[in-house]
This record gives sequence, structure tokens and C-alpha cells, in this order.
Amino acid sequence: MARYLFFRLLDMVPTVFLVLTMVFIAMRILPGDPALVALGPNADGGQLEAFREKMGLNEPLGLQYVTFLGNAVRFDFGHSLMSDVPIGTLIANNLPHTIYLTIASVVLGLVMGIPFGVYAATQRNKLPDSALRIYSLIGYAIPDFYLAAVLLIVFSLNLGWFPINGEGSGFWDGLHHIFLPALTLAMLKSAFLGRLTRTSLLEVLGRDYVRTARAKGARESRVIYRHALRNAMLPLSTGIGISILATLSGSVAIELVFNRPGIGRLLINAIQERDYPVIQAGVMMFAFFVILVNLAMDIVYLIADPRIRMKS
Amino acid sequence: MTDARLSDFPVDDLISREALADERGLGDVVRQVIFGRISTQVAFFVVVVFIVVAILAPWIAPYDPVRQSILQINKHPSWDHWLGTDQFGRDVLSRMIHGSRNSLIFGLLSPVFAAFFGTILGVSAGYFGGIVDRLISRIVDMLMAFPELLLAILIAAALGGSFWNIVVVLTVAFTPGFARVARASTLAVKQEPYIEAAVAAGVSTPLIIFRHIVPNIAAPIVVLMTLWSASSIRIEATLSFLGIGTQPPNPSWGNIIRDGLSNMFATQWPIVAGGLAITIVVLAISILGDSVRDVLDPETAR
Repeated sequence: MARYLFFRLLDMVPTVFLVLTMVFIAMRILPGDPALVALGPNADGGQLEAFREKMGLNEPLGLQYVTFLGNAVRFDFGHSLMSDVPIGTLIANNLPHTIYLTIASVVLGLVMGIPFGVYAATQRNKLPDSALRIYSLIGYAIPDFYLAAVLLIVFSLNLGWFPINGEGSGFWDGLHHIFLPALTLAMLKSAFLGRLTRTSLLEVLGRDYVRTARAKGARESRVIYRHALRNAMLPLSTGIGISILATLSGSVAIELVFNRPGIGRLLINAIQERDYPVIQAGVMMFAFFVILVNLAMDIVYLIADPRIRMKS
Repeated sequence: MTDARLSDFPVDDLISREALADERGLGDVVRQVIFGRISTQVAFFVVVVFIVVAILAPWIAPYDPVRQSILQINKHPSWDHWLGTDQFGRDVLSRMIHGSRNSLIFGLLSPVFAAFFGTILGVSAGYFGGIVDRLISRIVDMLMAFPELLLAILIAAALGGSFWNIVVVLTVAFTPGFARVARASTLAVKQEPYIEAAVAAGVSTPLIIFRHIVPNIAAPIVVLMTLWSASSIRIEATLSFLGIGTQPPNPSWGNIIRDGLSNMFATQWPIVAGGLAITIVVLAISILGDSVRDVLDPETAR
């Protein structure tokens, strides 16, 4: 197992390297002079030159690349062009909110999705099953920002049950503020996870060990939750990983709709202000997050399925 | 969001032998899809209506979609403005109709481009094997680790949102999926006796690839194209909503919702209209995509 983990970690190196290289190239092929873009058309020659010097744009490209890699590995992202705040600080201020949103929506999505999927699987081809099919079709088609806007209009604007925007202060107020954004993401997740639960449970329900469990007289709920669902967990754990990744891209739009702080909004604001160092850092944060979630998924696999452990 | 869900799409399921050995012509497949289930017929009808509206946009839109009018701000729906007006006094229905062009074109263009490049990459990897395969598969795996939408946001962030940039963004985001399917299918087809026969008969490699391999892996590629045209419409909408897709004042369903959200205290019609249009089109195309898969590959039909 340790051996497998070691190689799995080693495997991440080229991925990280590729991501960094892609970010570097993307930032260099941008149309226009970065100094001109950053300082605007009114900057004089001296200011432009000073800026280029400060950002290391006068160095040869190869050296810029090495410096860039070195800084990235040390998580040194430089300063924001707009506010001159260290980007590390910006990330420290925003990242927790995105993480809270991810956790809240995943928990809520699981609580909504798995029982729905189980219920649909046990009532196959009956009303709950059709209901889940329609729910998951719509959940697949509806854009997250639209669902967010609808929930916002109905529950905040018209009914006034929830605050319209912001992140709140303190635990309970924070919970009050996070509920609608988390519910938006959770509904989409539960549409996906519910369908996945149903499919993988149905696959397992026909197996011999389920029949054995029934034959020895186990209660139906025990058969489902103890014997069947546990074996259906492996594809489900992949699904959970995928839906965590989906939260990342989803959080960008959701944070914008609910005007919550977070990495997604940081990135979008930076794009609009053409704050390149912040864009660069935001992109890398997301990329690292994706790589970490994929790693975590593999480890969960390893724990959940002893067969994989044996093979390595 | 939700595009990560596509990563879950059972790509390997597309490659059953039955699908590969399919003898039906394209016409038969189309007929079977369209005259299949009632839900498919409705979906097909909806998609056709939206495409017709997009094509006829300049002739059927009642107003100029970008003309502003200070006198017509934030009107609720009426006979003059069926969906009301926005904060600049622009007619929302006209913007929706013109926006359908921007929204739908990406759903058609990007999957086609992605299928083209993905097939080239995948077939090369599958057919030649060795170092070519290892290199391509490695890059494809890395790109597949990223949810499509996230990849699209990252590229759009770097390039900015012009028409061709969005096409490039979506193409790059979708290409790895096609490459993976094309590679796996090629590996399966390569084992067939007729390929062996062609090689033995001294047929040139390009001819083998284009005459014998590509036609035989077309089915799963077509299925993937329909499924991903739904996603690319949704991703374009998201990018436009985030302000990095179609640029205002040019309308697209995504930026109609964006404008609507900043004006939601005055009128909520633009949000409702834009969102429903996206949802209905994506829903219809995914139902069609499912039917195409069921017809082409009954083995995996659920």
C-alpha cells in the first residue's frame, strides 16, 4: 500500500508540471503587452519600463519560466496588480469560503441523493423511479446559475426567508447565508448521485450474496443498507469525487449569484480586472484542488476495495 | 457546472462489439431515432424549432436586440414586448431570439471540431501504439482529470471571450474525451480479420485508417457528439453568464441571465426566459443523445 501511494504521488509530478507549463504559456501568449494591459493606455514609457522590470518581463523567456516554476512550487504568487495585496492573503481570505460551500453542498447532496436513489431502486419502474428519472434529467439540463437565481428570487427576494447575499458572521448566521448556495449545488449533485445510487444498487441487488441475505431471513432494510449498498459504494465513491470536482466549477457561478467571497469569485473578478497574477494563482489553485481530489479518490478506492490493494 | 458528470459518462460502454459491427446506414439510424419513443419525437421537434428560430432570427425578431430605449426600461410582458424589456429598454424576446444563434452555434461547432481532432489523436494512438500511444494517452488522461467546465473557464480566463476563443476553449475541453473513445474503439477494430487482410494485401496505412478504421468507429463518436453538444451549449451559457463568453451587447442566453441578475429587483423575466431556454434545449438534446445511443448500441441501453 505504501509502495502504491509512493508511486501515485510520484505520478502527480508530471501532471503538476504540465499544469504549470500550460499556465505559463497561456499567460505569455496573451494578446498585447502585459505592462500596457496592466497599467492602461495612459501610462508613460518610464512607468511601463519600471513595471516590466518589477514583473521580470525583461528577462529571457527561459529564465522567466524557471523563476515562475520556482515561485509556484513555493506557493509564492506575488502581488495583485489592482490592490497590491499579497496573493497569498487573498487566497487565505477566500479559500475557506469555497471549502465551506463544498462541504455543505456535498453533505446535503448525499443526504438528499442516496436515500432517493435507494428508494427508486427498491420501487423499480414505479412512481418514485420515474420521479428520480425526471429529477435527474432536469438536474442534468438546468444550469447551476439559473437554479441559483430561481432559488434566490423565490426564497430571498419574494419570501424573504434567506439573506440575499454575503457570507454572514458567526456560525449560525453563516449557516443561514450558506444554505441557499449549498442547496443549489446539492440539488444538482443529488440528481446525479441519486441516479448513480439507483444504477449501482440495482446492479448489486441481483447478486448471490443479496439473495443469500434475503434467504437467511434478514430484514429488507438490513439487506439493502448492510449488504447491497455497501457493495454499491465503490462506483458511488467515484461519483462523489466527480461531484466534488463539479462543485469547484459550480462554485464560480454560485459565488457570483449569491455574491459570496470565494476562490471562484476571486478568479472571475480578476479576469474582469485583468489582474494577471491573481488569474494565474486562481487557475493554479483550482488545478491543484483537482489533482488533490483525484488523489483522494484513488486513496478511497484503495481503502474501499481490498482487491486493488492486493494488486499493487 | 455539472459537466464533471460527463466524465462519468460510461465511455467504455460505447465500444461494444455490437456497435462496431453495425451494418445499418446513417439513414436507417436517423429514421430509427426519430420514429422511436414519443419523448424522442418531442425532443427532436423542440430542437428543430430552436434551430429554425436561430436561422430565421433577423426576420422574426420583433425588435433590434441591441437597440436601447430610455422610455422602455424594465417593462413587464405586454403585447408590444412579449417578454418585457430589460434595464436598457431592450426587447427581451428579440434578445432571446438573436441569442439563440450564439448559444446554439457552439453546440454544433465545438463537438464537430473536437470529434475531428479527438479522432485523429485517438486513432493514431490506437493504431500506431508504442511511444505515440503513451504520449497521447498520458496527455489525454491529464486533461480528462479536469472537469470540462473548469478547463473551459481556465482557458477562457487566459484567452478572453471572443467567438473563436470560445470555440477553441470548448474544442480543447472536449477533445480528450473523443480521443479516449477513438483510441479504445481503434484497439478493438484493429483486431478484426478485415484489417489483417488489408495489411496483408498491402493496403497503405492512411488508406487502412480512413477506409477501414474510421468508418467502423464512427458510431460511438457520433453518440458522444450529440451528448456533448448539449454540454457545450450549457458551458457556453455559463461562460457568458460569468462574463467570459459572448460579450455584451451581443446577446446570448447566458449573458441575458447575467444582465437580468443585476436587475432582478426591477424585473425577473429575462432570468426566467434565458434559463428556461437553456434548460429546454439541453434537455431535448440529451434525450436525443440517449436515443441515438440506444439505437446505435442496444447492448448498453438502460
